[in-house]
Amino acid sequence: MSDRPATDAGPPGRRRTARRLHWPAVLPFFVFLALCFGLPAGALVYGAFTATDPATGHSHATLDNVRQSLKGIYATGLGGSVQLSLICALLATLCGTLIAQAVVASRRPALRRAVVAACGVLANFSGAPLAFAFVATLGTTGTLTRLLSLGDTGFSLYTTAGLVLAYLYFMIPLMVVTVLPALDGLRTQWREAAASCGATRGQFWRHIGLPVLLPSLLGGAVLLFGTAFASHATAAVMVGSSVPLITVQISNALAGNVLAGQENLALAMSLNMVVIALLVMAVQIPLQRRSARWLG
Amino acid sequence: MRRAFAGGVAVLVTATATGGCGYAPAAVTSKAATARSAADLGGMDALVKAARKEGRLNVYALAPDWANYGEMIKTFERKYGIEVNNENPGGTSQLALGAADKRRGQDRAVDALDLGTAFMRNAQGKRLLAPYKVTGWRDIPRAQKQADGSYLNNYGGYISIGCDAKAVKKCPKTFAELLEPQYRNKIALNGNPAESSSAFSAIFAAALASGGSFGDVRPGLAFFKKLKQRGNFVPVESSPATIRKGETPISLDWDYLNLGYRKELLAKGVDWQVAVPSDGPYSQYYNQGVNAYAPHPAAARLWLEFLYSPQGQNIWLRGYSRPALLDRMEKDGTADKKAAAGLPEVHGTPKFPTPEQEDAAKAAINEGWGKAVG
Repeated sequence: MSDRPATDAGPPGRRRTARRLHWPAVLPFFVFLALCFGLPAGALVYGAFTATDPATGHSHATLDNVRQSLKGIYATGLGGSVQLSLICALLATLCGTLIAQAVVASRRPALRRAVVAACGVLANFSGAPLAFAFVATLGTTGTLTRLLSLGDTGFSLYTTAGLVLAYLYFMIPLMVVTVLPALDGLRTQWREAAASCGATRGQFWRHIGLPVLLPSLLGGAVLLFGTAFASHATAAVMVGSSVPLITVQISNALAGNVLAGQENLALAMSLNMVVIALLVMAVQIPLQRRSARWLG
Repeated sequence: MRRAFAGGVAVLVTATATGGCGYAPAAVTSKAATARSAADLGGMDALVKAARKEGRLNVYALAPDWANYGEMIKTFERKYGIEVNNENPGGTSQLALGAADKRRGQDRAVDALDLGTAFMRNAQGKRLLAPYKVTGWRDIPRAQKQADGSYLNNYGGYISIGCDAKAVKKCPKTFAELLEPQYRNKIALNGNPAESSSAFSAIFAAALASGGSFGDVRPGLAFFKKLKQRGNFVPVESSPATIRKGETPISLDWDYLNLGYRKELLAKGVDWQVAVPSDGPYSQYYNQGVNAYAPHPAAARLWLEFLYSPQGQNIWLRGYSRPALLDRMEKDGTADKKAAAGLPEVHGTPKFPTPEQEDAAKAAINEGWGKAVG
């Protein structure tokens, strides 16, 4: 009892020194964050809410850019991007998980190594090269189109469906790579325990497997959503502006030979993208915290 | 989120690049910076001398395979011993304008601008242009120059129909023919009309061909809607690569670009025929202007003089585009006759929309294009 005040005073003091010693270590990170993220983000927000008078060169605050970016063709573009990303994320999550589960269940190290290697390569095959590969394979004069007479069935690569197909080409492998570790985390003992309690396979997946995996699956889906949402080159080369997408519209506004003086509108559209990305991340963060309880 | 994050950062970095730098006043030290014609400096010889002293010229987004810019730059370098620094040859008008605007007072600022008319107007609004009248000024048609000399038409061409004669039975010569069932899955533009000026102009031309006017481009959108409904339109961005592959056997593009592809395509076994559609002749010119903040003001002015000299104008002609001084040069016999004869036939004199009509058309096409071909 007598030395209690001393211990009380001691540890907090030590803790404070510890804090003082560790704090500067993260300083470079915060400097980096402020310079490379805060500053541009500030400029983005500032630009989105200002307009420059072409005659006098004076800037003034305005809501016009944001208003314009949320109506007409630009609203359609934002909606089209969200829709395309949702469809792609959903399909890729489903297919990717099934493939990954098949690989885990097969218990063949060679197959697993081959799949992981292939997925690593394919997940990075996107952009203009991917678009050209698809045009050459499934375009109107594509090899497969002619071989299978796909043209007669009304199939066209240059639609939202074609774009989904092209995106899935790199998104499914991405999902496989992402979800494999989570599937590994499902311990065999859990299945054995469930089985010894008389649970069927379906019951195991419904009550144990999926709930445990759910956060990882959603995390993967969010990653895929972001990937599809931010993709630009594949769509720009393959469908141009016949499928309205916000990334293509931003690039048209920033760099083109037709529309002049649309930079601030582009910034407003980028701001919309940032807001949607933040919303999606806000869903993901609490879920990831939950998954850490089971799969560490 | 990785890619989204990277995309976000890219957008944000662009944002700082566009919003970050302040405007420093250019160092207006040399006499050339205020010269409004070669005479102001005491004649061409004095201009050449001043430009040689500067020794360098900054330009932006002049693709060597575009309208013969490669030969233009090389000839200029050789003739005057001035090094041409051509930044981002694949860039766009918007990027070139941005590079001029954001670098006021810097050594890397762009000296002379080659821009579409809307971008030149934008540059004028930003007070980026130094008025300068080249030697041939008087012979350029009034409709193709600004009265104060801030910018003027330089080279241009017509929207044309390029066609792989081996892939289709009969090459189309008019917009009306494009709607025929034999051209199913065959017709493309070289980009999308919100970004590519030739694609935008093709819609303008289609409007003129189908009952529209400079004031009303909706018939052009309706034409492409019909083209899409009949299955003739391919939304792929056409290029010599897609043409060779047979994906875009018919491509609407500037005649000088379509004609420029001909030799390259012939080597690959494609018989590329080019025609200016008689029902919708639409021409547009690119403009030249001197940056008021040019770090090499004499070289910039000499570059303009060279572009408008018979030598420079003939280089355009050999690149299949129509130089602004073509009429005068045909009269006084300085035009390269063989090159002039190689241009596709066009009837009548070109007419141009007013800036207001062009702006209205851009808004209408930007808004209506997705609906027409989506």
